[in-house]
Amino acid sequence: MQNDILVEIEDAVFGYGARPVLKGINLTAKRGQVVAIMGSSGCGKTTLLRLIGGQIKAGQGTVRVAGESLGELDRAGLYRVRRKMGMLFQFGALFTDMSVFDNVAFQLREHTDLPDDVIRDLVLMKLHAVGLRGAAQLMPAELSGGMARRVALARAIALEPSLVMYDEPFAGLDPISLGVTGNLIRRLTDTLGLTSLVVTHDVQESLKIVDYVYFVSEGVIVAEGTAAEIRASGLPYVHQFVHGESDGPVPFHYPAPPYVDDLRLGAQSA
Amino acid sequence: MLKQAIENLGNHTIQGVWRIGFASRFFLSMLLHSGTAFRRFGLTIREMYFTGVLSLIIILVSGLFVGMVLGLQGYETLQRYGSESALGTLVALSLVRELGPVLAGLLFASRAGSAITAEIGLMKATEQLSAMEMMAVDPIARVVAPRFWAGVISMPLLAALFSAMGVLGGYLVGVKLIGVDEGSFWSQMQGAVDFEQDILNGVIKSVVFGIAVTTIALFEGYDAPPTAEGVSGATTRTVVTSSLVVLALDFILTAFMFRGLN
Repeated sequence: MQNDILVEIEDAVFGYGARPVLKGINLTAKRGQVVAIMGSSGCGKTTLLRLIGGQIKAGQGTVRVAGESLGELDRAGLYRVRRKMGMLFQFGALFTDMSVFDNVAFQLREHTDLPDDVIRDLVLMKLHAVGLRGAAQLMPAELSGGMARRVALARAIALEPSLVMYDEPFAGLDPISLGVTGNLIRRLTDTLGLTSLVVTHDVQESLKIVDYVYFVSEGVIVAEGTAAEIRASGLPYVHQFVHGESDGPVPFHYPAPPYVDDLRLGAQSA
Repeated sequence: MLKQAIENLGNHTIQGVWRIGFASRFFLSMLLHSGTAFRRFGLTIREMYFTGVLSLIIILVSGLFVGMVLGLQGYETLQRYGSESALGTLVALSLVRELGPVLAGLLFASRAGSAITAEIGLMKATEQLSAMEMMAVDPIARVVAPRFWAGVISMPLLAALFSAMGVLGGYLVGVKLIGVDEGSFWSQMQGAVDFEQDILNGVIKSVVFGIAVTTIALFEGYDAPPTAEGVSGATTRTVVTSSLVVLALDFILTAFMFRGLN
C-alpha cells in the first residue's frame, strides 16, 4: 500500500523571508490519481508545487517524491528525481528559439543517447497523443495559448515521468481548449499510469476529471475529499469557492478602514 | 531625515556587496559548468553566430570609418612636422593597441551584450529557465556557459577585424585620397608594429573585454526581475556597466602593458 503513494508531504512549512506562505501542509498523492490543489489566488498553491518540484526547500517538515526526501538530496540527487517528473507551466514555458518538434525532443536529446530516427518517432508519438503531430514544424510564436500548453504537455511526458504537475492548466483557455486539456490530463494519467497534480482554481472543469481534491487557504489545507464530497461539502469556504459566491469567508473587500471614516462622513454629521 | 539617508546608504551598500558576491558565484559556476559548452561545441558555435557574426556589420563599418578619420586627423597633425610618412604607423598602432579592442568592446557591449541580457532575461521571465531546471537540465551549463565562451572567442576576432578595417580606412584616406607615399605607409607600419608588444597586448585586451562584457551581460539577464521593466532595466545596466568596465579595464591594462616602454 505504501508503494502506491508517489507524493507525500508532512507538516511542510515554507515562507518567503518573514512572510509565511505554507503553514503545515499534509498531502498525499497515489499512483494513477489526478489530484487537484485548489484555492484562491495567492493562497500558496504554486508555492506548494514548487516545493514538490524541489525548486524550493521546506523550512520544516518533509516532502517525499517516489520515496526520496527532497530536502536531503543534493543537486545531482534532485536532478535524478526530476527525471521522473514533468511540469506544465502556466503559459507553457516553451523554448521560443526552438520548433515544436525540438521542444518535445529536448529532454530526449539531453538525457538519452537515442539515435535521431528513434527520437523522431518518439516525438511524433507524443505530439500525436496531444493532437498536434501536424504542428511539429511550427515555432512557439505561431501557436495559440491552448496549443502551446498541449505542446508543453507533450514535452512534459517525453521521458515518461511518474509524476506530472500542472500549474493552472485551464487559465485563459476557450471552452473547447478547456475541455480538450481536461480530457488530456485524465486520459494521459490513465494510459501512462502516472500521477497528476493539478494546481487550479477552475473548479467546474477540474472536478470533472479529478480523483481527489485538496483546498488550500492561507497556507493550510482547509478541506479535502473526492469530487463528490467537495461538491456536497457544507464548509462555508468550500461552498463559496465551488459556487463562485462573491462574499463569504473570503471577503469581497480588501481590509480597509471603515468606509464612513474614509469618506469623512462622520465629521460632517457631527 | 538623516537617519533615513544613512539607512538608505547602508541598504544600497549591502545590496551592492550582495550583488558582487552573487556575480562572483555566478562567474565561478559558469566556469565550473563549462564542460557542455566544449563537449557539445555546436551549442557554442550557434551562439558565436548570434554574438559574433551578427555583430560583423557594425564592427566592420565602424572600423572603416574610424580608420578613415584617423587617416585624416593623423595626416593633418603629422604634416605639420613633415612626418606624414609615419601615417601608417600612427594608424596601425592606435588601432591595434587601443581603438580596436576598446571600440570593438564598446560596440560589442551595445550590440551583443544587450541582446544577450534581453534574451536571458526574457527566458527567465517566461519561465523557460525554470522549465529547463525542472527537466533536470542545468541552465548555467546549457544556456549560459555556451554564450559566455561564444562571447570570449568572438570578441578578439571582432577586435582584429575592426583594426584590419581601420588600417584599410586609413590607407584609403591617407594613400588613395591624400596621396601619402604607399611604400612608406606600409613599410613604416611594418617596421614599427611589434608583434608581442602591440598585437599580442591588443589581443589580450580584447579577450579581457570579451570576458567582462559577456559576464556582465549574462549576469544582468540571469539576475533580472522577471518583468518588462526588470528586463529593460537590466539591458540598460548591461550597456552602461560594461562600457564603463571596458574603459576602466583599458586604463589598468594599458598601465601594466606599456610601462617602461619608450
